[in-house]
Amino acid sequence: MNTRIGTIFAQEFRLARRNLWVGLATGILGLFAVVLGVFGAGQGAALDADALTLTAASLATLSVYLIPLIALLMSYDSFAGEIERGALALTLASPVRRWEIFVGKFAAQSLAVGVAILLAFGAAGAFLALSFGTGSEGIAAWMRLMATAFVLGSVFVGFGLMLSAMAGRTATAAASAVGLWLVLVVIYDLALLGSVMAASDGIFASQVFPWLVVANPADAFRLFNLALIETAPVAGIDGLASTLPFPPTVALAVLGLWLSAVLALGIRRTKRIVP
Amino acid sequence: MTQSILDIRNVSLSFGPLKALDGVTLAVSPGERLALLGHNGAGKSTLFKAILGFLAPGEGTITVAGHRPGSDAARIAMSYLPEVVSFPQSLTGREVLAYFSGLRGASRSEINGLLDRVGLADAAERRVRTYSKGMRQRLGLAQALIGAPRLLLLDEPTSGLDPVSRHDFYTVIAEAAARGCAVLLSSHGLEEVQGQTDRVAILSRGRLRASGTLAELAAAAALRTTIRVTAKQGHADRLQADLGGRRVNGCRLDIDCAPDAKLGLLLQLGHHRDVLHEIDVFAPGLNDIYRHFSDHEGDQA
Repeated sequence: MNTRIGTIFAQEFRLARRNLWVGLATGILGLFAVVLGVFGAGQGAALDADALTLTAASLATLSVYLIPLIALLMSYDSFAGEIERGALALTLASPVRRWEIFVGKFAAQSLAVGVAILLAFGAAGAFLALSFGTGSEGIAAWMRLMATAFVLGSVFVGFGLMLSAMAGRTATAAASAVGLWLVLVVIYDLALLGSVMAASDGIFASQVFPWLVVANPADAFRLFNLALIETAPVAGIDGLASTLPFPPTVALAVLGLWLSAVLALGIRRTKRIVP
Repeated sequence: MTQSILDIRNVSLSFGPLKALDGVTLAVSPGERLALLGHNGAGKSTLFKAILGFLAPGEGTITVAGHRPGSDAARIAMSYLPEVVSFPQSLTGREVLAYFSGLRGASRSEINGLLDRVGLADAAERRVRTYSKGMRQRLGLAQALIGAPRLLLLDEPTSGLDPVSRHDFYTVIAEAAARGCAVLLSSHGLEEVQGQTDRVAILSRGRLRASGTLAELAAAAALRTTIRVTAKQGHADRLQADLGGRRVNGCRLDIDCAPDAKLGLLLQLGHHRDVLHEIDVFAPGLNDIYRHFSDHEGDQA
């Protein structure tokens, strides 16, 4: 890491901490994880699964909503706000490369989301494991959840930064971030469910539909986690997890592809900014 | 003449049909302070963005210390202070300077000296949120001085500052110029930069209307002095018949004259002292000179 990326990274991470994003995200994620775990623990005996595995499954479904939202909130203002305040012109007047700015911001904010996930899910997982007991399967499910949640957060930090560089204005960036969240996290699944019910032939449901689901980074995260938890009580679109026509690692590859795509697109948009 | 640090030759830049810059030629030498004056929308900020390499001119060339704008060498040679800048509120003054030091590859050891020079040493560990407008602008100036740039680009640096802050600000700029730094600063008005810069250039509607020292501009403008005479009741007609001039109302008369004819006219007025009530002399001020160059020729364009 060169000095300039390091400088941007250090400032962005400091800002994420000072603006209480890390603390706030840790609090929210930790609270949800503990509450889900404690409520879910009662069903554990009936379903013959340990608390950590069960909670990992329900937390994966909830994290699909929360983590993209937190990542977008942290990143949407990053370029647009600096353009509006005139601060980006100063940064760009220095010998820094545009891609270095994007990469520095991306790394710092991804790490901020990652630290929040590690602290919140780590502490909640330890608490649940100690309170209700667990086995190797539960610990593995929990580790997978934390690691993929971090990747999911990074993808959406990349999305947020790209939209911010594209919009150039805080209000526009905020609107597009909310729009993206609604489309990828809420509307996409509803539209797919609607179409699979409307389609009469089985080919769409069995061959096309799973690929369309896994193409969405949020769904890819959820499918990967649920597909590897055999005892997960799943319903709706998540039921797909047990009948996937491809190995779960495809979902990981999709997340990786999205990550490279938002990085490449974001850097391209950053190069076009006229402060 | 020494080699210019900033050399702008015949630069034109358009936004669609709007010509923001039209054939601008300008040079700033080491140690020289040049004020660029113009209304809002005259093209000052566009010119700055072209010098910074954010906008590419349609025609003409710009070089910064011999390098193309936007190249690493040009960006290292020059630093910039925009008109409105707000640093992240939750950082301290020292952290802001450390950030720009890191980006410019400058040594962090100079930060203390810079904070001292702009009078922020005591506030270095405080959050920018608690700074006054003047302190923020001084922090901006300290940022611009990181790495001893050879060209300082200051976009309306003192607008909104109180007279004391403004004076302190120009003292720091003068020190930088004394060390051989070239300074290009923009401003709305001549009074603000009077005595603070070596040369003045006036930009209006994208064209450079005039450039030179204040004395040169005043001479080139050759503005006329106005003598306003108030006559006693009923004597204004006789005065006008004798001296010419324009009637303002029943008893007032405005007489324009070249600066060197002023004394003769006043002596002539002495002959009419019995009918005179009052005499006011209006010498052309800085604002008149500025208006002369920015409006007058604009009308012909």
